Amino acid sequence: MATRRVRFTFEGDAVREPVIYLLGHQFQVVTNIRMADVEQDFGWVILELEGDPDEIERGLAWVLEKGVRIDPVSGDVVEG
Amino acid sequence: MSNATHLACRECSREFPLDPINVCDFCFGPLEVQYDQGAIRSRVTRERIEAGPRSIWRYKDLLPVDDDYIVDLNVGFTPLLRADNLARKLGMRELWIKNDTCNPSWSFKDRVVAVASSRARQLGFETLACASTGNLANAVSAHAARAGMRAVVFIPHDLEAGKVLGSAIYHPTIVAVNGSYDDVNRLCSELADNRHWAFVNINVRPYYAEGSRTLAFEVAEQLGWRAPRQCVAPMASGSLFTKIHKGFEELQTYGLIDHAEIRMIGAQAAGCSPIATAWQNNTTNIRPVKPDTIAKSLAIGNPADGYYALKTMAATGGGAASVSDAEVVEGIQLLAQTEGVFAETAGGVTIAGLRQAIQRGTIDPNESTVAFITGGGLKTADAVEPHVTRPIPVEGTLQSFEHAFAAAGHN
Repeated sequence: MATRRVRFTFEGDAVREPVIYLLGHQFQVVTNIRMADVEQDFGWVILELEGDPDEIERGLAWVLEKGVRIDPVSGDVVEG
Repeated sequence: MSNATHLACRECSREFPLDPINVCDFCFGPLEVQYDQGAIRSRVTRERIEAGPRSIWRYKDLLPVDDDYIVDLNVGFTPLLRADNLARKLGMRELWIKNDTCNPSWSFKDRVVAVASSRARQLGFETLACASTGNLANAVSAHAARAGMRAVVFIPHDLEAGKVLGSAIYHPTIVAVNGSYDDVNRLCSELADNRHWAFVNINVRPYYAEGSRTLAFEVAEQLGWRAPRQCVAPMASGSLFTKIHKGFEELQTYGLIDHAEIRMIGAQAAGCSPIATAWQNNTTNIRPVKPDTIAKSLAIGNPADGYYALKTMAATGGGAASVSDAEVVEGIQLLAQTEGVFAETAGGVTIAGLRQAIQRGTIDPNESTVAFITGGGLKTADAVEPHVTRPIPVEGTLQSFEHAFAAAGHN
């Protein structure tokens, strides 16, 4: 088992999609929301994912396909 | 012994030991170093600081590092120039330039890496790591060399060779990641969890960020132990901006300077301005962007401390400026031509942001103002190369010179 801490950013229609619910149902991944701020057409959610590493990867690839941006919880790491 | 006591979450205030961690286990908020304020207040005086070395380490009582572990490249105590020529151009009364181009690897990143590498050594790390397109990699590579540590630097695969040289000369291990910036971000975040490496802006970020406070300490001391009324600083992650203000506040807390209201103005390039855009839209919800600007050292599309930068602006009556790439070039030229300081593109952002803030009334031209110039111009020479003065070609005769000189409009 592995854990991953990630930040999902939702824009436009993606805000209304139950992406996190479906992630937990379509993949063997436990989703644990820790912080979030969601407005009408924009929002972000910081959460921890727990599961088999390959299953987490498959789940995250699916989330990306849904138009959700995925970042490390600490923001961008690459600096100038 | 350092006066640092523990880490605390900036969101939920939970406390943690001084370990290589950067995120609160409970709420995933960022962690920040806390100090024994009583010990600092009783021990630290202006005289004690003034008797210290001419580097950031004169403020070691205010930094999270024990003496035995300091990695010393003589970073900091850079010039604070009274910029009367530029002030006249901008219609200002008292303008100062904090010239951080004078650091060992020619940018302010030496400050944060000096503290991060020292703390990393104290924590028992033998490898310093970072992901960077320039300044940060230069500073990490230089400090690792000085400390006898291994450096591992991650870069995007398509980074120009010239940008790599400033790191490669110190002989780090350079890893070129075949993918987007997002892929580099993700890989390094995972590596920070899996390798016993000190990733300066990931697992040792709380210590790294503390180094930026030394800019405020120095400015206050160089102004004769007072704070300016206004500061203009560039924003990438937003960390530098918030820590400058925190540094001034701490000096007030410790009684080293009088109470002062300091207005903080942050500057970004329009091609990567998630913080300035959020400010203009009156929201604390920062929308990540894909950077597209010549100000590469500020090109952070998803800024870790953007929310805190916005809070600092709001709390100080400050604001944000967003400037075009053309204005960035003009800013670099203006600073060079009025004060003899050649800044990289981030400096152009600061000067253009200063000018915009005056025009919009965010800055009072009659109040003392410090503009922070965070990196040297040779790092981004390509940005200004098409715009600089061209030589007047002459033969080696007086007649040829006089003719060509006059033809070029000189006398």
